[in-house]
Amino acid sequence: MVGYRIKKGLLYAFLVLLAAACLFPFLLMMVNATRSGVEITRGFTLIPGSSLKDNMTQVFNYFNPFLGIRNSIIVAVPATLLCAYFSTLTAYGLGFYKFHGNKFIFFMILMFMMIPGQLSLIGFYNLCSKLHLVNSYIPLIVPSIASAGTVFFLRQYIISSMPPALIEAARMEGASEFYIFNRIVLPISKPAVATMGIMAFIGNWNNYLLPMILITKNEKMTLPVMMATLRSSTDIQRNQGAIYLAVAISVIPILLVFACFSKYIISSVTAGAVKE
Amino acid sequence: MKLQKQSKLTAYNRWGYAFVAPFVIVFAIFSIYPVLRTLYLSFTDLKILGKGNWIWFDNYKRVLTDKFFWRALGNTLRIWSVNIVLQLGLAFLLVIIFSDVKYKMRGLPVFRILYYLPNLIAATSIAFLFNTLLDWRYGTFNILLNSIYKLFGATYNPIDWIGSGKTAPYTLAVIQSWMWFGNSFLMLMASVQGINREYFEAAAIDGANRWTTFGRITLPLIRPIMMYVAITSLIGGLQMFDLPFLMVSQSGAAYRDVQTVMMYLYRFGFTTGSTQTGYASAVAYCLFLIILSVSIVQYKFFNKER
Repeated sequence: MVGYRIKKGLLYAFLVLLAAACLFPFLLMMVNATRSGVEITRGFTLIPGSSLKDNMTQVFNYFNPFLGIRNSIIVAVPATLLCAYFSTLTAYGLGFYKFHGNKFIFFMILMFMMIPGQLSLIGFYNLCSKLHLVNSYIPLIVPSIASAGTVFFLRQYIISSMPPALIEAARMEGASEFYIFNRIVLPISKPAVATMGIMAFIGNWNNYLLPMILITKNEKMTLPVMMATLRSSTDIQRNQGAIYLAVAISVIPILLVFACFSKYIISSVTAGAVKE
Repeated sequence: MKLQKQSKLTAYNRWGYAFVAPFVIVFAIFSIYPVLRTLYLSFTDLKILGKGNWIWFDNYKRVLTDKFFWRALGNTLRIWSVNIVLQLGLAFLLVIIFSDVKYKMRGLPVFRILYYLPNLIAATSIAFLFNTLLDWRYGTFNILLNSIYKLFGATYNPIDWIGSGKTAPYTLAVIQSWMWFGNSFLMLMASVQGINREYFEAAAIDGANRWTTFGRITLPLIRPIMMYVAITSLIGGLQMFDLPFLMVSQSGAAYRDVQTVMMYLYRFGFTTGSTQTGYASAVAYCLFLIILSVSIVQYKFFNKER
């Protein structure tokens, strides 16, 4: 019995240690963001310093992180809303209506879920430059209307959770098809749409490669692209605290989203696993 | 009467077209067209703008004979293989711990949130965070190691974690695993929890011990998910870009050891001044064919074992 307890204790110690390993870099980031470069180099501590203000001034010498946050919001919020609304609409259309090409569209969705994104990268850029969409947010927002993976997931969800009798009843009452979608289907699918929506938001917020290729003007850069400009202007010896602060500013919005919606986020990761 | 009903049926079914129309239009423009366009460009010698000449398979020949491409592929596979062993090993270990019928560990809802956290942070932020933490002279990590060594009266010879080609690929692999093990664990654990309780109870009644239960019930039932996790990780891993691109500078000594296929593609596709769009497109399709064939092999392998 004692052996059992000790072993169990050791297992918990391992789990806690691993959790600490996940959090420790972020903790160091927060602490170091308040210390000056010299202090950080001199020694290791977890006690916050007093250089937050200096570091902030330094960060603003590199760039205005709040401009990056604003640009990221301008991209990520509409992209998420479009993705959520049109994915549900498409999923419902595919799941509940019989028409020519329905099966074909679904087949294409399955196929494109398996095609890696890099395959379209050059063609996508080529298209955008021909349409004069470089330095525009349109190529970062509009394609969200067609998110194959989200449609696939929502289609399964709507088919399994939407009672056809309810739709029939609404039709009898004379409700239009569009009205039925907006007032009945959308509210019933809300949990699944929210789950997908949050993941879409995080994906859009963190997206780096595409915005980096498309956005070259400083004032239009999204936060990750703006962050990446640090590379060339970094003097790590003197301004280490400022780098930590810049990273912290970029991480905090996602931490807030995570704190509020962790339940949805966890369920979206596991959705694929349970469904299969 | 029946005829009228029939026509009503088709009447509302027509709304299906309207509902999928926005998706289909955007999908055709921004998903299907770019993929086909890349395919077309891969057969031309287009540099950046204007019209390229149709040159058949010359780009592909060049990809397959360029030693830098093969080195990039080797780098990618090396980082990925170290990463996947760590990532799946850790996820698997956690599944064993949390599904153990003897110890009945608690706290899964809290632990899985914490393990998943690194996966949510933007790769750019992760890259700069670790670049600063792991800097060999001024980074907090080496300073911490130094003081630990001092505690035991030893001297620590600072390791250049990301600056040296010897350590950089492995450092990147560890960071990558740190970002992704929570994701794998969540998927595997969810499928374990989806297993019918009755199997475990029946096994307990038959007197099966923990390891037999794990090997005979848990493992076979989560095999499809394991395959899914392995394949998605491979597809993602072969496209690795953000971390090595941001963490190792092009002029740095470690660059030749961490340049991935995607970084190679980026160099030809998007470097100002020396863009070779046609060639980069061929690189994209070569990478795709590699991913496709490895996925098929992996799929066959997992299915055979069954």
